[in-house]
Formats: sequence, C-alpha cells, structure tokens
Amino acid sequence: MAHQHDVIVIGAGGSGLTAALYAAKQGVDVAVISKLYPTRSHTGAAQGGIGAALGNVEEDHWEWHMFDTIKGGDYLTDQDAAEIFAKEVIEAVLELEHMGLPFDRLPSGKIAQRRFGGHTKEYGKAAVHRAAHAADRTGHMILQTLYQQCVKHDLTFYNEFHVTDVIVEDGMAKGVVAYELATGELHTFQAKAIVIASGGYGRAWKVTSNAYTLTGDLQAILYRKGLPLEDMEFYQFHPTGLFPLGILLTEGARGEGGILRNALGERFMERYAPTIKDLAPRDMVARAMYLEVREGRGVGPRKDHVLLDLTHLPAETIHKKLPDISEFAWIYQGVDPTKQPVPVMPTAHYAMGGIPTTLNGEVIADDKNTVIAGLYAAGEVACVSLHGANRLGTNSLGDLVVFGRRAGTAAAKFAKSADFHDLSPDVTGDSRERLERIRNSSGKESVAALRGELQQAMQDYASVFRTEELLAKGVTAVAELHERYENIGVQDKGERYNTELMEALELGYLLEVSEATVHSCLNRKESRGAHAREDYPERDDKNWLKHTLVYKKQGKVGFMYKPVVLGKFEPKARTY
Amino acid sequence: MQVTLKVMRYDPNKAAKPSWVSYQVEAEPMDRVLDLLHKVKYQQDGTLAFRRSCGHGICGSDAMVINGQNRLACKALVKDLTKKAGDTITVEPIRGLPVEKDLVVDMEPFFEAYRAVKPYLINDEPPPDRERLQSPEDRARFDASTKCILCAACTTSCPVFWVNGSYIGPAAIVQAHRFIFDSRDRGARERFQALAASTGVWRCRTAYNCTEACPREIPVTQAIEEVKRAILYDKF
Repeated sequence: MAHQHDVIVIGAGGSGLTAALYAAKQGVDVAVISKLYPTRSHTGAAQGGIGAALGNVEEDHWEWHMFDTIKGGDYLTDQDAAEIFAKEVIEAVLELEHMGLPFDRLPSGKIAQRRFGGHTKEYGKAAVHRAAHAADRTGHMILQTLYQQCVKHDLTFYNEFHVTDVIVEDGMAKGVVAYELATGELHTFQAKAIVIASGGYGRAWKVTSNAYTLTGDLQAILYRKGLPLEDMEFYQFHPTGLFPLGILLTEGARGEGGILRNALGERFMERYAPTIKDLAPRDMVARAMYLEVREGRGVGPRKDHVLLDLTHLPAETIHKKLPDISEFAWIYQGVDPTKQPVPVMPTAHYAMGGIPTTLNGEVIADDKNTVIAGLYAAGEVACVSLHGANRLGTNSLGDLVVFGRRAGTAAAKFAKSADFHDLSPDVTGDSRERLERIRNSSGKESVAALRGELQQAMQDYASVFRTEELLAKGVTAVAELHERYENIGVQDKGERYNTELMEALELGYLLEVSEATVHSCLNRKESRGAHAREDYPERDDKNWLKHTLVYKKQGKVGFMYKPVVLGKFEPKARTY
Repeated sequence: MQVTLKVMRYDPNKAAKPSWVSYQVEAEPMDRVLDLLHKVKYQQDGTLAFRRSCGHGICGSDAMVINGQNRLACKALVKDLTKKAGDTITVEPIRGLPVEKDLVVDMEPFFEAYRAVKPYLINDEPPPDRERLQSPEDRARFDASTKCILCAACTTSCPVFWVNGSYIGPAAIVQAHRFIFDSRDRGARERFQALAASTGVWRCRTAYNCTEACPREIPVTQAIEEVKRAILYDKF
C-alpha cells in the first residue's frame, strides 16, 4: 500500500512524539511509524528525572548545567549543542508541565528536583538539585504525557510497522518502506521530510537495561547505505543494573542518598571521586565497580557484584520517591531495599553515538557536514553531540525533548517548501528481497543462538574496560557471526504477526551496529569518558579531541573525523 | 527443573479454533514466564507469537492470562506459579479482545475506549511563564492512577467487559480519574459525556477483578468509585 505524508517520524518514544507534535504545530501533515504501540517505547523505562536549571530547590544556572554536561562528556561534547541544550531544556520542562506532566512538587507547589550524578553547582563544587522528577517513573510520565498530546491533536500513527528502508537518493530523503507486522504487507511512504527517532541498541550486549526491541534498526539501515555513524565507541554502562538481569535502578537512588558498598562494607566511591562520591558520572562509577570486583572486593559467592545500600534512608523516602525500583528489587531479586542492600553491577544502557546531525537534527553525510536534504534524526539514535564521551544522568530525557522539538520544527519547515519525490517502481525491492530471503531461509543457524553469541562477544570484548587484544577478538567475532548470519533458518513462513521474521531482521541490524561499535573502539587509541582503554589509559587531546565517523563501503569499514566544537570551557583534567 | 508450559495457540490462517499446546521447558525458580515463552519460541517453535518489549513491567506489552489470572508475563515468576518440578503453567491471551495470533490480541478497541475519555490535560487558561503550581497534597490525589501502563490487564479481567465489549472498561476510567482529580485540569464535564453514557462507569458491578489484575497495584475499583461519585455529586 502507498501512503503520503508531509513529515514521517520513525519511532514513537520521547523524541519521536516531541518531533511529531512540533512538526504538526507548523501545520503540516504528520504521521508516526512505530514498531510498537507508542506507549511501549523505552522512554517509559527512564526513571530518575529530567535535569534543568529551574533553581526550584537551590540556586542553579544554565551555565552550570552546560559545564557539567561538557565535563561529564569528557570534553567531546560539542559546546554549541550543550549551550542550546542547557538553555532550552528549562523551557522544555516547563512546557511538559503545561502539557500536564505530573511532576512531584515542593511544598511551594513548584516542581521538585533531586540530585543526580555529575550535576553540580558552581562548576563542580558540590552536587546540585537539578533533576525534575515524577517519583522514579519520570520517563513513563513523559511518554504518557506526550502520547496524550498526540491523541489530543489527533496525529496519525502506524503502529507495529517495522521500517525496513529509508529512501535516500541524490542527497535527498524521499520516503520510507515499512513492514506491517499484522499482515506481512510492505508499505511505501512518500514524505517531504523524515525524522528518525528510533532509539538505541542496548540489545547488542548480554546484560542491558534496554528493551528487547532496541536493536539499532535505523542506525544499521543508514550504515548499510555507506552513511557514517558518529562516536560509536562511546557506549554507556549504567552503574546500577539490578544484578544479574541488568534491569535499571535509577541513579536517583544515589541522588536520594543511596551508597555503593563493596564486600568490606566500604563506601568505595570516596576513593575514586572524593568530592561527589557516589554521584560521580556513570563512566567513573561503572569503572570503580569493576575495579572493586577485580581486586577481590566483590560481593556474593562469586564476588562478582557490589551493593547499593539504601537501608539508612527513611522507609518513607524509599516508598514515595523510589517505589518502582523497590518493586524491581523485590520481584526480581527478593530483596527489600528498606532492609537489605541491593546487588548491582553495570548494565549496557545508552549510546552516546549514533547518526550524526546538526543542531537542527539534519542528518550529516560526511566529515564536511554535508546535509542530506529532508532527513532528520533526534534522541538516542542521533549524535548531535550533546553527550560527548559520556552522558550525564537525566540528560537523555532532556535531549529527547530539546532536540526532538528542533528536529520536528526544522523538518516541518523544510517540508513546507519542498515537493514530494517520485519513488521508483521498485522502491520496495531491497526490503522485499531481504524479507523473502529470511522468510524462506532454512539454514542451520538459529537466530536466537547467534544473537546470544553476539551479546556474549560484545559483553566480553567491548564492555567497560577495553584493550587492543579484546577488541581485535571482538572484531573477528562479529565478522564471523556476520558470515554465519547468512546461513540462518526460520520456522515461521507466515504473513501474520511473524515475530520470528522480525527478530531475524533485527539481528541483522544488531550485527551492523556491533560491527561499527567494535571497529570504532579498536580505532580510538586513548581513554575518554565511557571508552576506557587499559592499553591507552590517558585522554589524548592532541590526537583524539575529535569525533569519529565510521562508515562501510564495499564491505570495508573506514573512518573519517570531525572536529569537536569547543568554546567557553577549555578541556581540563576530569576529576570529581 | 522441568515445567510444562501449556499455551493457547491460534492462527486463524491455519485453524478454525484455538487449541492448547504443551511444551516441556527447563525453568529456574526466578525465571519469568516471559523467559519460558522465549525458550519455547527459540528452541521449540519459532511460530509462537506474543508481544513484549521492556521485560520488567513498565511498557505494558505482555499482559496474558497466566494460570487463570491476568498478569504481565515479565512480572510472573516460575517460583510463584509452581510448587514442584513437572507442574504446569497455563498461558492464554487476555479475554474480550479479538485474538490475532496466539497471545497477540487486537488492542484497537482498548485504545478506542482510552481515547473516548479525552486522556489529556484540558485547561484553556493561558499557562504562566513558569510551571503551574500544585501542592504536594493535590499532586498525591491522583498519584496512583498516573502509574497506569495501558497493559489492559484490568479491562480484560472485567466480566462486564467480557459480556459487552462496548463498556469503556476500567483502564479508560483510571485514565479519566488521573485527569478529573488533577487540580490543574478543567475538563471533567467534557469527560463525563463518555463516562456517564450507557457504556460508561455505571456498567461497573464492582467485581474487583480489575484491582486484583493490575500489575501496577493501582486501586482500580476505588478509582472507578471515585469517578462515579464525581459524576453524581458533580462539583466541577
């Protein structure tokens, strides 16, 4: 079936819905394509808060937030992006409140704010209350509120449609091909502008906080076209994944006073970040936890994890401010956090890297900032680059709304002065061929088994600490899995809700983004933010204060580089 | 240990009626029913269809009837559903919505009821430059109903809904509650049109199934009662 909309948004999480609402405000016809029902999107799993210098609890300034974001990103953050972000996120949070978001409140009636990792006052002097929150389900409330607004404005949704191709020809985006899960039908969408907002790819790792559905689909679709992905070596491991599943336990737990302890009961973060201790940025805390375990101070029969201790907090604080994570600990570990410390270890959480974009979300095709006309990206799928080498907690939710707004508005403005493009008669050809090949496949490799091997390889070779040797193994492992993927077999040959076919397709995407990731990790010979190379332990601003653009041409992985946008804040040693 | 996972299977392209199929699966006590469904799909029968996304009870994709009760497959653990090895866990699609394939139902009637209650803040007054103020007490008034993840466990556990699918059902009423009791909202009367209609709250027979079914522990029946009272004693 063929469809036509001025603006197509791919993905219905926080950035997709924000982009759609803002595009619609410009008076253009907008439709959202999502492989899930919109309220299932993973923005809903975000917990602790959205950081903005509202100053409701104590003095705060956008400049402090900007500085924290840049320092948190280990100076790989583009400073123009950080400045726009720190200013505009204030307005964005107030707008979410006006839309009806039920933030927690202070006795004054203002939005309540809590402390969060890496967010400080006066350029690093002490932790600051900056994270506006709704208990520990802030992401859930953002997703619900945005979807409510979409219902109010009667936006068009194509739910449970998997995008299989984005048509980019002659430097222009022309449309989208998508597979309807219910029927097995391929649809074409002509669009004047397209916003990609399809999220991250945490499922490349074995232990992750991410949904099963976060498989890097759109990153991979562009990468296969020879388009670059930016800074893929920077992947965040959230310190407090509920051990061993990896379910997210918010940093807000430490913001409310929670403490990480090793087997000796020591508050070990005092040694790694003397000023802000447990509220150091995530990359530093994750490394500290690994080091504690490596040096034999891990907890449990295998000494393989540490503890998040909340037992000294009033039970009422835990029940009121952290109800969901208390429930997760209870259900999945049988631990009551008011009485016992919770077992935790880092969990694959967030891609700092992704599809390179300008400050208005326009997708960039090369190292000269050449823009693909009509193609936009925002949110975790994109790399603007706000988060640099390490994202601060809460800045993902801020990113969604700030850059979702900018991308949606820019896409609509572009669409107003553009025409629809003719799509070639065989526009679905590549998608159809790929899908039919998988559907008719009868090879001996199991999709689930290959995916399991990929996740184990990424966990073993491209995790918190990295070396040349490990990463070289990772490159080989991913390449071998890529080959074996050609020999998969699926059982479900049907058209109706063929989720097996979709999982096979998704594994193909995971292999592409994993390849881009391990190659980028191996290529960057320094340690910065979340990319910790034990063989190159120092940050090397002389050679590596630059963004990586990884791409694939004729099956070969190559690199280009883009300078970091510097400004107000000179790169300095990063201590907390 | 081994358990039997007995699943109600249905593919309208292949059979006229649903039928039970049993699978022997290796299970750990802390496994989720979702893990068992994955084991069947990945090791025994790739055609098994079900929805899931986050895997920890936040996205609302995987409500199913598990051992006769509506639950999320990702929050139902083997240890709580079995006593010993060899025990059977039954899994069926949620009831009252058309089954599309196996455990996948058509969610559209459910979201249609959701949309009918105008599930968004209604307030035409121009917002202030900063946030609208709200006391912690006023915020607490509707806290429980903000937890709803639209999984449909409540609505599809309701005997009234099973008999009459045009009843808007508990989930839609919880969504209405979330706004009617929000001090910032001015749209209660607009919502009463759908809520007080013959397909609205008065269909509720206080069976409490919804409250028991809710994986988010929302006091659903209480919310419905509060909406009924709000309509009766319209103070808005």
